[in-house]
Amino acid sequence: MVRRKPELKDVPFVMAAPERGRMVIKAATPLAQAKGIDVEMVVADCRAIMPELQVLDDKPGIAEKLLNGLAEWCLRYTPVVAVDLPNGLILDVSGCTHLWGGERPYLKDIIAKLTAFGYDVRVAIADTIGAAWGVCRYGTISPIVAPGKQSDALLQLPPAALRLDPAILERLDKLGLYEVQSFIDMPRKALRRRFGDTILSRLDMALGLEHEVIQPIQPIEPYHERLPSLEPIRTAKGIEIALKQLLEKLCQRLIEEEKGLRKCVFKCYRIDGIVQQIAIGTNRPSQNVVHLFKLFELKIATIAPALGIEVFTLDAPVTEDVAAMQDTLWNFKEGGNGTAVGELLDRIAGKLGVDAIHRYLPDEHYWPERSVKVAASLTEKAQTSWRADLTRPIHLLPKPETIEVTVPMPDYPPMLFIYKGVLHTVQKADGPERIEQEWWLQHGLYRDYYCIEDDNGARYWLFRAGSYEQGDPQWFIHGFFA
Amino acid sequence: MSSPKQDIILQLQKEVLSMQRLKKGSAQNLNTGLWEVEQAFPDHTFPLGAVHEFISNASEDAAATNGFMMGLTGQLIKKGTAIWVSSKRTIFPPALSLFGIDPERIIFVDLWRQKEVLWAIEEALKCDAIAAVIGELSELSFTESRRLQLAVEQSRVTGFIHRYSPRIENVTACVSRWKIKPLASNANGLPGMGFPRWNVQLQKVRNGKPGEWQVEWSGGQFRYIARPVISITETPKRKAG
Repeated sequence: MVRRKPELKDVPFVMAAPERGRMVIKAATPLAQAKGIDVEMVVADCRAIMPELQVLDDKPGIAEKLLNGLAEWCLRYTPVVAVDLPNGLILDVSGCTHLWGGERPYLKDIIAKLTAFGYDVRVAIADTIGAAWGVCRYGTISPIVAPGKQSDALLQLPPAALRLDPAILERLDKLGLYEVQSFIDMPRKALRRRFGDTILSRLDMALGLEHEVIQPIQPIEPYHERLPSLEPIRTAKGIEIALKQLLEKLCQRLIEEEKGLRKCVFKCYRIDGIVQQIAIGTNRPSQNVVHLFKLFELKIATIAPALGIEVFTLDAPVTEDVAAMQDTLWNFKEGGNGTAVGELLDRIAGKLGVDAIHRYLPDEHYWPERSVKVAASLTEKAQTSWRADLTRPIHLLPKPETIEVTVPMPDYPPMLFIYKGVLHTVQKADGPERIEQEWWLQHGLYRDYYCIEDDNGARYWLFRAGSYEQGDPQWFIHGFFA
Repeated sequence: MSSPKQDIILQLQKEVLSMQRLKKGSAQNLNTGLWEVEQAFPDHTFPLGAVHEFISNASEDAAATNGFMMGLTGQLIKKGTAIWVSSKRTIFPPALSLFGIDPERIIFVDLWRQKEVLWAIEEALKCDAIAAVIGELSELSFTESRRLQLAVEQSRVTGFIHRYSPRIENVTACVSRWKIKPLASNANGLPGMGFPRWNVQLQKVRNGKPGEWQVEWSGGQFRYIARPVISITETPKRKAG
């Protein structure tokens, strides 16, 4: 807040939000806190204490947003950062601190950078999340807890350092247990009876007896490659080179592990902090550098490098085992194979959308519109065989169109019909083939289909919906035979 | 003409063909079953690894054209898969089994824009793992057709371009231009419809002789129909009064 409005730097101010009809303080600056103003107080009371107090509206969610932003910023210190609501960040620093020359310089760097931004931060490093949490908030001696020394660090701290519920804290307070050391050695049975299970599990978490997991803001990708660049990259050629190097590394790994990627994301971290990314998907697992590069190539133009890109990363969020060989279905001509077709379809899907590609399989319905279904994948096989005994037109109109007919009653094929204003005289006819409605799917009139050849030799598929006994049925044209 | 001269002419014809990259090294042949039609082609074989153009102007003709194309594709697809790129597709996959094609072997690419259709056709033609590419569109300029032709010269894929009601029948770089129209079928005196029968018109063919034939699709293959003596029986105009 101070960062955005520098004039507030030396003024005590608070953030307040309405709660049960009153304005309640949600956050206060150190200047305000020095005057005895604290969180959860009512604004009106604080105004009485300190008339010059500035009150700003606290928008819900803004703190979370800010914290998330900070967490993302902290990715420079370690790849595993988690947000600990309402006011903390958890960094898994294993194997990271030596890059800053040890734990102390590491912490100093974090504090210095964040303080420069105007944040009031406290940090701690410990073996467990619980211990670090407590030491960070309530510790007074050293922010760095040596390995295995969690219990020593915790002893002096108030019970609140164990992340307990307010109700339990209140009871501990009533019983005069002001420090962790006063109850840490009590029999576990007694603790459980009086304070419930949580206190034991919190203790175990802090001491490292119980495992605790954090939810990193950036999920760790098993297939992740990273390429920092010495100089910021601004040209398309440079991006291509970076992409190729990353793809080669990634594909090398995929080949070793017999995996193929189905989705791939290429991210460019720009100098100004903006991340540009392009993503591709493939129809079948792929580990082919050339092919994947071709897919990306279509999209490289959408990256705006602006002042330059400093880091490139390549993730494969979705990978699959590469099937031994799925080519038997296709029985490819010599030299060709299913991979080539898959790669072609990937290119088409990448450029024109995956919705454009269809493959059909027979479906067990007589109703013509339902007799085919779209295949789910390139390799899905037909469950049933195609019906060869039914005469079906090569062209089927997406929707039957009405025609006018002259027809002898009741069940003969038409003598004449008019379609789109043109009169066709029927020369030959086959039929009718009655196709009933599938009552379990849809109700309506049955159709009597006729194959018709007119005087020009053109062949049509016509039908009558319903019968003459039920009134005046409509005639439709539904397709063209070859 | 003396025999050495004929040899020279034959030799020259072969050279011309190889220059035009129509002559193939491989023994891959399409057995259309239409000896009479094959005589029209250079070297008396149906040109594979080339782009053929089909033009139709009415829905009925379009169905007949697709039928004829499917008859040809059915021969090719035994060795692989086909891609069908179109902007307004009305083909009904179950009917393809009539032409000896497993409909699931055809991958349909349905697009809206003409440019996208052309791009997809070209990409598909460049992929040598595909047996045949069928493209349905209406307009095809000379430059565009040249691109397609160049693509197949590399990959040896056979392309069929079906142009439905084009604005103009412009010159293209395709190896041939066909027009297929339906003909009245012959049910041999039985009631009902007979096998599909078409009037196949080869309007243009590179290094070949254009012609017109009547063809029937029966028993899973093409059959040449000897042209009957056409007797035009015009209905006498009714006189006024």
